[in-house]
Amino acid sequence: MRLNTVAAAFGLIGLVATAGAAQAQDYPTRPITMVVPFAAGGPTDTVARLIGQSMSKTLGQQVVIENVGGAGGTLGAARVAKADADGYTVLLHHIGMATAATLYRKLPYKLPDDFAGVGLVTDVPMTIVAKKDFPAKDLKELITYVRANKDKVTLANAGVGSASHLCGMLFMSGIEVSLTTVPYKGTGPAMNDLAGGQVDLMCDQTTNTTGQIKGGSIKVYAVTSKTRVPSLPDVPTTTEAGAPNVQVGIWHGVYVPKNTPAPVVAKLEGALQAALKDETIKARFADLGTEPEPMDRATPAALNAYLKAEIDRWAPVIKAAGVYAD
Amino acid sequence: MDILANLWLGLSVAASPINIALCLLGVLVGTLIGVLPGIGPIATIAMLLPITFNLEPVGALIMLAGIYYGAQYGGSTTAILVNMPGEATSVVTTLDGHQMARQGRAGAALAIAALGSFFAGCVATVVIAVLGPILSKVAQSFGPAEYFSLMVVGLIAATVLASGSVIKAIAMILVGLLLGTVGSDIETGAQRLTFDIGELADGINFTTLAIGLFGIAEIIRNLERPEERGVLDRKITGLMPTWADIRQSFPAVLRGTTLGSILGILPGNGAVLAPYASYTLEKKIADDPRRFGKGAIEGVAGPESANNAGAQTSFIPLLTLGIPPNAVMALMVGAMTIHGIIPGPKVMESNPTLFWGMIASMWIGNLLLVVINLPLIGLWVRLLKVPYRLLFPAILVFCCIGVYTLNNSAVDVVLVAVFGFVGYGLLKLGFEPAPMLLAFVLGPLMEENLRRAFLISRGDPMVFVQRPISLGLLLVALALLAVVVLPAVRKKREEAFQED
Repeated sequence: MRLNTVAAAFGLIGLVATAGAAQAQDYPTRPITMVVPFAAGGPTDTVARLIGQSMSKTLGQQVVIENVGGAGGTLGAARVAKADADGYTVLLHHIGMATAATLYRKLPYKLPDDFAGVGLVTDVPMTIVAKKDFPAKDLKELITYVRANKDKVTLANAGVGSASHLCGMLFMSGIEVSLTTVPYKGTGPAMNDLAGGQVDLMCDQTTNTTGQIKGGSIKVYAVTSKTRVPSLPDVPTTTEAGAPNVQVGIWHGVYVPKNTPAPVVAKLEGALQAALKDETIKARFADLGTEPEPMDRATPAALNAYLKAEIDRWAPVIKAAGVYAD
Repeated sequence: MDILANLWLGLSVAASPINIALCLLGVLVGTLIGVLPGIGPIATIAMLLPITFNLEPVGALIMLAGIYYGAQYGGSTTAILVNMPGEATSVVTTLDGHQMARQGRAGAALAIAALGSFFAGCVATVVIAVLGPILSKVAQSFGPAEYFSLMVVGLIAATVLASGSVIKAIAMILVGLLLGTVGSDIETGAQRLTFDIGELADGINFTTLAIGLFGIAEIIRNLERPEERGVLDRKITGLMPTWADIRQSFPAVLRGTTLGSILGILPGNGAVLAPYASYTLEKKIADDPRRFGKGAIEGVAGPESANNAGAQTSFIPLLTLGIPPNAVMALMVGAMTIHGIIPGPKVMESNPTLFWGMIASMWIGNLLLVVINLPLIGLWVRLLKVPYRLLFPAILVFCCIGVYTLNNSAVDVVLVAVFGFVGYGLLKLGFEPAPMLLAFVLGPLMEENLRRAFLISRGDPMVFVQRPISLGLLLVALALLAVVVLPAVRKKREEAFQED
């Protein structure tokens, strides 16, 4: 009882729910909180706001975005893991959901057991970019140059556990070179120093790099997706350009706490799929250099399997790099 | 003239009835959240983003920008009236602004803050229009080494913020640096001084610290001695500044505007330094520096102009390079992408109506802000007549709500309470919190850039003196150190002789 009072006092956003499983059929009867474990305005937040808006229309209840940033997205994930499994608190997280399992040695929740997937949302490709006067012409030259000058070349990233950090690790292990990495607090300052020529290389999401690439302030060598990216049609994939094992995407998924009733998950799945078919969302995603996941991937089964596979895929890469976030 | 044609294009966009209405709405909301302690532009813009979905992108961004610089105007109101800085940039306004209020001159302080901000806003708008694109390229030559050197200058300047003992100021700076180290190590991710509290992994939030140290501590002190509630019982002398005030303030406004415009352009959130730099400058060149900290009007005029100029020129890196210099600008990037505009160096060419429309709207917004704020002064001053037993619970409630909205975290609210008691203790012991806050802001930036500079130079310390801008800044730091230390040494010696 006492706990309940305390929780209610803190639960301004509706963490405390009274709804039982019996009410799953009428779900949703009140606004749904979508926790984004990063700051407002970032690429993940943008994805969440775009699909949240469309899901609101389908579900007939407002999907409210709540930014619970901090600790590489683990604070937001922890909040959802502890929330009631009634479908009123959902999580939109990216690849960091899977890498946190290795990056953080003591997480306040269990991965993947504490969550149930709703579906994959989008897989944002990464780009391998350099300062604009970097000597190499293409990716092959870049690799040769980097191997020959590994003591001079610097690789920027947006901090431990960030997309650019993950991609950088994969890039270095893919071409078997270890470079000096220069960490920044967020993409903004990292991009600033790359465009200003203070650092040499970075690997970051198209969401962050497309504007700069098109503006000519940085040089692009490859995209890390399986196929070329429509917004950057002239840029080869890593496979085409000669580094087939550097393949990575910042995939996003929607989760609910484990034991959420199946009818509730099904309703969320339907709303997610409707959002991914929405023409405005397709157009906005295209602007960002990405596209919605196909329908067979926007399902609980696909996300649950993918999360497990990605946890297993990143564990050795992170352990080899020896970098932990705690 | 291209510029004139462009500005005309901008004005034709910004002056459409709907955009003026959105601009007005933005600055009104901005003023309101600026006045409410703790609730900052970041939380507000994040909350209002969904509302802008159905607007034209230009209108949406005009409104969101209005919230940001409107908050700068509103923030000074709370700093002056109740000694509560809501933002890093309004900390110095509390030093002399609140003292003026205690002397019954709240009206003059508020008016000079509004007028100074208006002047700075107008100048900064022209700076953005004329020099923005060129300056932003120059500013990019500012790398980690230069940033580190700039932070050294800032840290030495922090001692000047204190009106009392230099030794105590240095002690506070060290405490501020220590608090700034809380959080994850940027390179290794190791947790420093977080005591396994997940919420501390990204460090202590500035607003949490500032609200606790200034605001809550002030409330406790006022409650302790109700007969000395200062502002409330004094007779308020005149709502508007006198001619003498204006004559005294004008040069300070000019200098503040210049400093703010320059620092705002720096890509790594140099704007945060602007008001501190302005205050230091004013105190150093004043005929009688002892007036500072006791209600010197230049100490309000200079920093207030500097923070508004900085707020506005910090749009330059965003608009011309597509790189956000601070968290609010990062949010603007989000707003742009949601509206289908990908920020980058090409925004100015590909979306001229957006670029010039936003710039022109800033001038309109500043005009609206003065029109809104000047008549409000009477109202704000009257607010001080509300009995304190009714006022302080309201302030406390807003503080808690505001701090909670920072990161939707209850830990921050608890921290505010802790810092409130700490601030009260410091107040009792005669330690001034302003140097500590500046050190808290600068410390992490300094550490980050130092380590980054060393990583890039492969551990060669010569990088700080080989790069001309960095060398210049270090020389400024040395000169400043001499200015701070020498008088103190001389005074000590005089005291020693007197005792003999």
